[in-house]
Amino acid sequence: MTMTATIGHAHADPHHIGIVVEHPGPASKRIVTAYGFWVFLLSDIVMFSCFFAAYAVLVGQTADGPKGSEIFEHRNVAIETVLLLLSSFTCGMASIAADVRNRFWFYLGMAVTCVLGLAFLTIEFREFANLVSRGYGPSRSAFLTAFFSLVGCHGLHVSAGVLWLLTMMAQVFAKGFRADILRRMMCFALFWHALDIIWVAVFSVVYLLGSAV
Amino acid sequence: MLGKLDWSAIPFDQPIPLVAGAMVLVAILGVLAWVVVKGHLPYLWHEWITSVDHKRIGVMYVLLASVMFLRGGSDAIMMRIQQSVAYQSQGYLPPEHYNQIFSAHGTIMIFFVAMPFVIGLMNLVVPLQLGVRDVAFPTLNSVGFWLTATGALLVNISLVVGEFARTGWLAFPPLSGLTYSPGVGVDYYAWSLQISGVGTLVAGINLVTTVLKLRTKGMNYLRMPMFCWTTLASNLLIVAAFPILTATLAMLLLDRYLGFHFFTNEAGGNVMMFMNLIWAWGHPEVYILVLPAFGIFSEVVSTFSGKPLFGYRSMVLATMAICVISFMVWLHHFFTMGAGPDVNAIFGIASMIIAVPTGVKIYNWLFTMYGGRIRFTTPMLWSVGFMVTFITGGLTGVLVAVPPADFLLHNSLFLVAHFHHVIIGGVLFGAFAGFTYWFPKAFGFRLEEAWGKAAFWFTFIGFYVTFLPLYTAGLLGMTRRLQHYDVAAWRPWMHVAAIGMGLLCVAVVCQITQLVVSIRNREALRDRTGDPWDGRSLEWATSSPPPVFNFAFHPDVRGEDAYWAMKQHAKEQQLEHHPEPEYEDIEMPRNSPTGFVCAFFASVMGFALIWHIWWMVILGVLGAFATFVVFAWRDHDEYVIPAAEVARIDRVNVEERRSLVSMAGGV
Repeated sequence: MTMTATIGHAHADPHHIGIVVEHPGPASKRIVTAYGFWVFLLSDIVMFSCFFAAYAVLVGQTADGPKGSEIFEHRNVAIETVLLLLSSFTCGMASIAADVRNRFWFYLGMAVTCVLGLAFLTIEFREFANLVSRGYGPSRSAFLTAFFSLVGCHGLHVSAGVLWLLTMMAQVFAKGFRADILRRMMCFALFWHALDIIWVAVFSVVYLLGSAV
Repeated sequence: MLGKLDWSAIPFDQPIPLVAGAMVLVAILGVLAWVVVKGHLPYLWHEWITSVDHKRIGVMYVLLASVMFLRGGSDAIMMRIQQSVAYQSQGYLPPEHYNQIFSAHGTIMIFFVAMPFVIGLMNLVVPLQLGVRDVAFPTLNSVGFWLTATGALLVNISLVVGEFARTGWLAFPPLSGLTYSPGVGVDYYAWSLQISGVGTLVAGINLVTTVLKLRTKGMNYLRMPMFCWTTLASNLLIVAAFPILTATLAMLLLDRYLGFHFFTNEAGGNVMMFMNLIWAWGHPEVYILVLPAFGIFSEVVSTFSGKPLFGYRSMVLATMAICVISFMVWLHHFFTMGAGPDVNAIFGIASMIIAVPTGVKIYNWLFTMYGGRIRFTTPMLWSVGFMVTFITGGLTGVLVAVPPADFLLHNSLFLVAHFHHVIIGGVLFGAFAGFTYWFPKAFGFRLEEAWGKAAFWFTFIGFYVTFLPLYTAGLLGMTRRLQHYDVAAWRPWMHVAAIGMGLLCVAVVCQITQLVVSIRNREALRDRTGDPWDGRSLEWATSSPPPVFNFAFHPDVRGEDAYWAMKQHAKEQQLEHHPEPEYEDIEMPRNSPTGFVCAFFASVMGFALIWHIWWMVILGVLGAFATFVVFAWRDHDEYVIPAAEVARIDRVNVEERRSLVSMAGGV
């Protein structure tokens, strides 16, 4: 007896529903990798949603400290948003360059993405430092706790993304556009774009809705 | 230099943890010395520690769970003895120690026994049932296992260095906040769960991707064995629920380490938000554990009744219904919070509704048995025992799902009895059924039936003797987690429960004896064909233990119960005259120490975080990152098994099966 032993096609449709689409077999590595990474991103979004929920619960708990409208600077947030959205575009350019195996445009796209990401982090860090120096650190009130945690969690993700980005560039420099490196690049691009989606939610929920409280 | 760590962390004044810790240390050193002296270290390193083979990793998960089961069980024994002697006295365990024991017992049994046991079985079996050669991400699989082991290690270190949480297994604030728990106990708890939680998440992503994207040719969704379906449901729940645990514990840790105000009483923190968040993870967790067990029972009942599973499609529907509804009942863990009658009513009704798909499953198993030629092997005994126990345990669950009743029973021993009733009767019985059922697949020989049956009967009876008295004591008003008490009416029930604990200990001894006896008699118990139970799904279509590549050819599936159909076909077609197929080279992933090294650095980092040793934290993080970079830099991630070698391995098994078919008179 061998594994290829087959039985008649009569059994292929045991419930007689008429249509049988035969499963073609295991998917390719590229699909499996991207799929798994999507599942990870979904789980990451679930984690963020907890911090969003905590923010929604605690946004009014200012403990006589400042309210959102008193500390949010919309100009800064607008600049941050533009930086992140632009970085998504340049990240997309780097992905395309990787697909056509063009090193120059790949390095350029990644480098610009990195600079934009670092600029975003700098602005965020200065906003945090400014608040802390005014005595409005995360320990001041439950509202500030939730604010710092949610926005900081996104910032930590961006920092990890920058680290990953630099590692990717080094990898391409050392190893070239190998199949496994291209798969990793695809995951990185998914990660970077997902951070944008999270930022859109942060922008809306924290800065816009939070100002109204 | 060493943060909060100094000699006062070692509890020199408490003999019990010290002696226990010393015994564990001696045992570990003894095993290590034996391994080194006998020269097994290279074998262990190359074949197990660095292995990315899903079968090996599955076995290691189950081994971890079994070792931790002994630890969690010891805690249970100590608690039962304490409650049986602590009537109008302090017993032998001081309160601060007793509190650590019940916290450690719950934490260990859920996170480091039940979870690794079911994840181990899923790892071992699911790729085989799907007819593929490995899981989606073999190296990540190894990382996930070793991170789980890191969590278990940290919990055990807390026994002798410092203390464990005294807060119960879910560490509710404000008790778990810095004000009321200033020690390192809660930090041990939280960091070990954070690290092992990452491991669990990795395993979840891996298995979801495996089931959805790696199935052999023709393995349509509605042809998958039921265990694959419940694995899918359970791992979807892991992916959706474990991030909630991570976020919640992160908030608790921020409160403790950086003075945040998520769950504090001051500055607007909200304690009840912790309850909502932790149970939004905690209730799905119950189903993460029990759904794979349901899958195991489905396989076992169908195999040993010699019939296809009754109502396969309704079973799939019920599984996915449970998967969804399990996210809509979390509030029944705190009806007494005061959310109001409307909210309580909705969650009470949802909690009763989730009993419906479970009832569907019970009927399906019963109808599978009906009219079948039932073989009462050990796995089948566990399954039948489960049905009886789970139905009654489920009924007490429907009782506490009624909010007014819950106001009386909340936090009483009635509740303790209920959840042990369903977790032991559901998850533990399922784990033991799966263990005996798939043991021959993993190791190539069956387990001794007599000792297995003895273990079943002692567990079954011991369970009822232990936990039925707790229902009664709960109805008599005894609350949970009492270190001592003054009510005479409770006392006899505590004595009976202690006797039941003794029976359960005998059951554990039977399990260990079964293992030892079976290993010694392994030649007599050898499974030569790879199909010891006359099985129905693809894991039985390869040898026991399977070759590293699982299948020489990707099986071609044409219906449900794929392997059963192949066997029928073989008997009809007189397979001897089939020409031998063309064997091909097989590429398999190379072993990698990434998981082990990464977990080593995670252990360093976790320990350093607990004791506030900041330089060591940085060291751990950098080490883990460097490990991944080294992994990402390697040039060859696969090796080739030549066709001749594949042919040599496969021919042996084909020969064994042929002789079985002819002996059975099928030709």
